[in-house]
Amino acid sequence: MTIRAEPFILNMGPQHPSTHGVFRMRVTLDGEVIVDLEPVIGYLHRGIEKLGETRTYTQIVPLTDRLDYVASMTNNFAYVLAVEKLAGIEVPERAEYLRIIMAETMRIASHLMAVGFFLNDLGAMMTPVLYMWREREKLLDLYEMVCGQRLTYNYMRIGGVSQDIPEEFLPALKKFVAEMPRFIDEYDQLLSLNEVVLARTKGVGILPKDTAINTAASGPVLRASGVKWDLRKADPYSIYDRFDFEVPVGSLGDNYDRYWVRMQEMRQSVRILEQAIVQLPEGEVCARVPQLLRPPIGEVYGHIEAPKGELGFYLVSDNSIAPYRFHIRPPTLINLTALKDMVVGWKVADLIITFGSIDVCLGEIDR
Amino acid sequence: MTAALNGEHVATKEIAEKFPDSVVAADKSAFVVKSKSLYQVAEFLKNAPGLDFDYLTNLVAVDYMDYFEVAYHLISLKHNHSLVLKTRCHDRDKPVVPSVVNLWRSADFQEREAYDLMGIIFDGHPNLKRLLLWEGFVGHPLRRDYL
Repeated sequence: MTIRAEPFILNMGPQHPSTHGVFRMRVTLDGEVIVDLEPVIGYLHRGIEKLGETRTYTQIVPLTDRLDYVASMTNNFAYVLAVEKLAGIEVPERAEYLRIIMAETMRIASHLMAVGFFLNDLGAMMTPVLYMWREREKLLDLYEMVCGQRLTYNYMRIGGVSQDIPEEFLPALKKFVAEMPRFIDEYDQLLSLNEVVLARTKGVGILPKDTAINTAASGPVLRASGVKWDLRKADPYSIYDRFDFEVPVGSLGDNYDRYWVRMQEMRQSVRILEQAIVQLPEGEVCARVPQLLRPPIGEVYGHIEAPKGELGFYLVSDNSIAPYRFHIRPPTLINLTALKDMVVGWKVADLIITFGSIDVCLGEIDR
Repeated sequence: MTAALNGEHVATKEIAEKFPDSVVAADKSAFVVKSKSLYQVAEFLKNAPGLDFDYLTNLVAVDYMDYFEVAYHLISLKHNHSLVLKTRCHDRDKPVVPSVVNLWRSADFQEREAYDLMGIIFDGHPNLKRLLLWEGFVGHPLRRDYL
């Protein structure tokens, strides 16, 4: 006798502890096995693109803080780079280096959060996260020194950064850079060969290379699938061509590879920071840019390698003080396109960790 | 460095002979094709050897009041070059553009977003419904005449 089972539809979220924000997944289940999945988003939609059309170019910088709030400094960076490209503004050397320092520390901070919560999703409740936060806290202290904020920094300006670093900043950063490799070794020891981590993540949630490219996955998700594509190398922006670093690439595209790529990227970020501290020149930190900037008529698409993937800003200028069109290309929204492919055929418990391995931030998905 | 291909060059050399009358305008940064030949041109750009645009990184719709413009930012990971393809539709009540989801699945959410916020109908999209706003929302807020 065969048993006919009806498919079961489960709404996971928007208030679910493992969805990293207000995210809903409409999952169709056959017993415990996932048959279909549809992401439902928009719970945090604040209309930032529409708001941007009524703000001046300078006033938009704090809005970008509210996109990926785990790495707000990189959002500032992507936006000001796009405006500078549109208006043809030269940035002083010192500001370029300060921006690189902020972007790379931000990458470490974001990856620490990603790895910590990934372990949380595996069931290691809060302990790994607190290990990661021990270091992330030091970075937040650094940000507090330069701009007085710990979450929404609003540090970068069109033409540079808002202010020079205080004198206690560099010693604290040097200390962090010197200590960090040892802490990454510690995480490696605790996690990378941990039997439970391996059993739950190896071979689970595989994203094949061609699917990753076709769905325009970016960042660690794309690189874990074996595609060596990092905008810092492929399309160097700012002064990334002056630094020596590797692009870590996974092989299989499973959850473990995505975790592993992030761990290696933190090591590479430390390498970039070491070089940036040595090369940091003296001088101005912001170019002279009019408060009411009127870029020439035209359009620009600027993209950078944010911690979570390719963050792009598309701006259309009609020579007025506000952009005619302000569009954001959020990396994690597009990384979610392939979520269904990664989880169909796996069980609900694997869905939680696979979703965690993408490392999403709802602030930028919903905008 | 990702080499930005000259839109005018690609349009006159590669597209004009294959798809006559499809190109509306072209300049250094981008070229515009008629919406009815968009899918064929996009398919050609994706598969033509030497172009190989395998990665649709960004899709954006802009309301210029006289017409809507949809821009496709394409990258070839193989050759590390980029190109901007555009199309326009002049019908304000029912702007229709063919969907490219069959070519690049990354267009899935982005086309839904453009439909949701700008009201552009992507013909052939498998699941064209609102992405960010709720079902039953009236209007498309990113249009310039939406108040």
